[in-house]
Amino acid sequence: MSRSILPVLTICAGLVLLWYGGAIWMNWQVVADTQARAGATPGLMEMVRLTLNHARPLLPAPHQILDELWRSTATLPVTSRRSLVHHAWVTLSAALLGFGMGTAFGVLLAVAVVHIRALERSLMPWIVASQAVPVLALAPIVIVALGAMGLEGLLPKAIIAAYLCFFPIAIGMVKGLRAPDATARDLMRTWSATQAQVFWKLRLPASLPFLFAGLKVAMAAAVVGAIVAELPAGAQAGLGARLLAGSYFGQTIQIWAALVAAAILSATLVGLLGAAERLVARRMGARA
Amino acid sequence: MAEPVIATRDLSLVFTTRDGPVQALSNVNLDIAPGEFISLIGPSGCGKTTLLRVIADLERATGGSIAVNGRTPEQARLARDYGYVFQAPALLPWRTILGNVQLPLEIMGISREERAARAKAQLALVNLAGFERKFPWQLSGGMQQRASIARALAFEPKLLLMDEPFGALDEIVRDHLNEQLLKLWSATRKTVVFVTHSIPEAVFLSTRIVVMSPRPGRITDIVDCDLGPDRPLEIRETPEFLRIAQRVREGLRAGHSYDV
Repeated sequence: MSRSILPVLTICAGLVLLWYGGAIWMNWQVVADTQARAGATPGLMEMVRLTLNHARPLLPAPHQILDELWRSTATLPVTSRRSLVHHAWVTLSAALLGFGMGTAFGVLLAVAVVHIRALERSLMPWIVASQAVPVLALAPIVIVALGAMGLEGLLPKAIIAAYLCFFPIAIGMVKGLRAPDATARDLMRTWSATQAQVFWKLRLPASLPFLFAGLKVAMAAAVVGAIVAELPAGAQAGLGARLLAGSYFGQTIQIWAALVAAAILSATLVGLLGAAERLVARRMGARA
Repeated sequence: MAEPVIATRDLSLVFTTRDGPVQALSNVNLDIAPGEFISLIGPSGCGKTTLLRVIADLERATGGSIAVNGRTPEQARLARDYGYVFQAPALLPWRTILGNVQLPLEIMGISREERAARAKAQLALVNLAGFERKFPWQLSGGMQQRASIARALAFEPKLLLMDEPFGALDEIVRDHLNEQLLKLWSATRKTVVFVTHSIPEAVFLSTRIVVMSPRPGRITDIVDCDLGPDRPLEIRETPEFLRIAQRVREGLRAGHSYDV
């Protein structure tokens, strides 16, 4: 165990050191200008201290971000408009709803494409084209259009998230449902299995590893989708709203705290899916 | 002679390929009686596997006629008249050995208790009792193939179609499985159609050997193989065995002497 953890810790420590170096370097000019205007001539150590504790740094130091994360999660009630837990929950609920919708749509699409030959040629190009449209350009259109129809809040954001998520699931699932080889399909035919039996007993179990790979990509995409969907309409809550507000007021520490919160959220969700995958794989006889 | 299990008359099959038509089977006439062990032997491309697949309704003939238990192959397939063993064990990796053997019974809608009982009985018959809870990757190639034979026998078909079932196994394992298969056959008196390209295997197992040759795929000789029901491995050293093997070899040589 320790042998596998030590290199990871070493690399992490190296990255943190690099970050501190970067923070000193990037914030140096701002601090130097301020000090010069005030007529002060701080020593080297004092300069370093100031660059790492600036209120609006170009690049906040890690401890500043951790401090802001702690302040905005642990010290505030979750009902507070400034609580990051509150904002993370707003984004998470949209991401999860979108993930559910995208998964259902992606799986249904894959099942249809695998069973109806004509759909592969007629539908697949549109599916691929749909993902070539940048979501940043599409999100405002969808949010505004749905807003005009009286739909606001959770659902429009979930739709954007679903739009990003269904694609990796559909692609993975099509490949997975086609994974059984000719011999396995012949075998089912010798038993006169119905198409439904071939699906439930052969194609679906064979597709699960591919489905999980798609789910993990889709989960991360859903969080991105929910955050992007919070940007255009100037949403009042959500990690996207925090990013937007932070950039309006030059609150770089707040922006970084929201970014880190989003990363933690995604990583946790993808980690949970990975655990579910291992559980399923063990039940399905995967080699330990 | 009893009603034949399989009867073909001038059976032909032409595959349409990009390079033009390929005559996979040409005028095949063959009657197989209940309880026979028939080997189809010949070089690649002689149509032996194709003939087996036509019997199983995995391919459709383009000429002549074929009856399986007096019905069309499709009717026979829908009536689940036969069990089929492929060259690859093709066990589903996410099912246990027991789960794999139960699969055809599940598809046929047999009750849970009966499925388990029948599958366990078949696994015992191929000497795999005690391996029910293992997953396929935990078994050797020979054991996997035995499990696939148990799976083909699970719903107790009277006809067993085997497509080079031991082709991918080493000779020691193959000898062992040949002995077991022979025992299984004498115990159950099933009709077996067995595709192989090994002469000793065909002579050791069969009651009759159908020698086939390619371009077009056809039968060139049918060799009776009356070594009796009791065949120890040592029978392969007897003059009688060697005489039959010699005749099969000559049949094979005559079949494609023109393209040497």
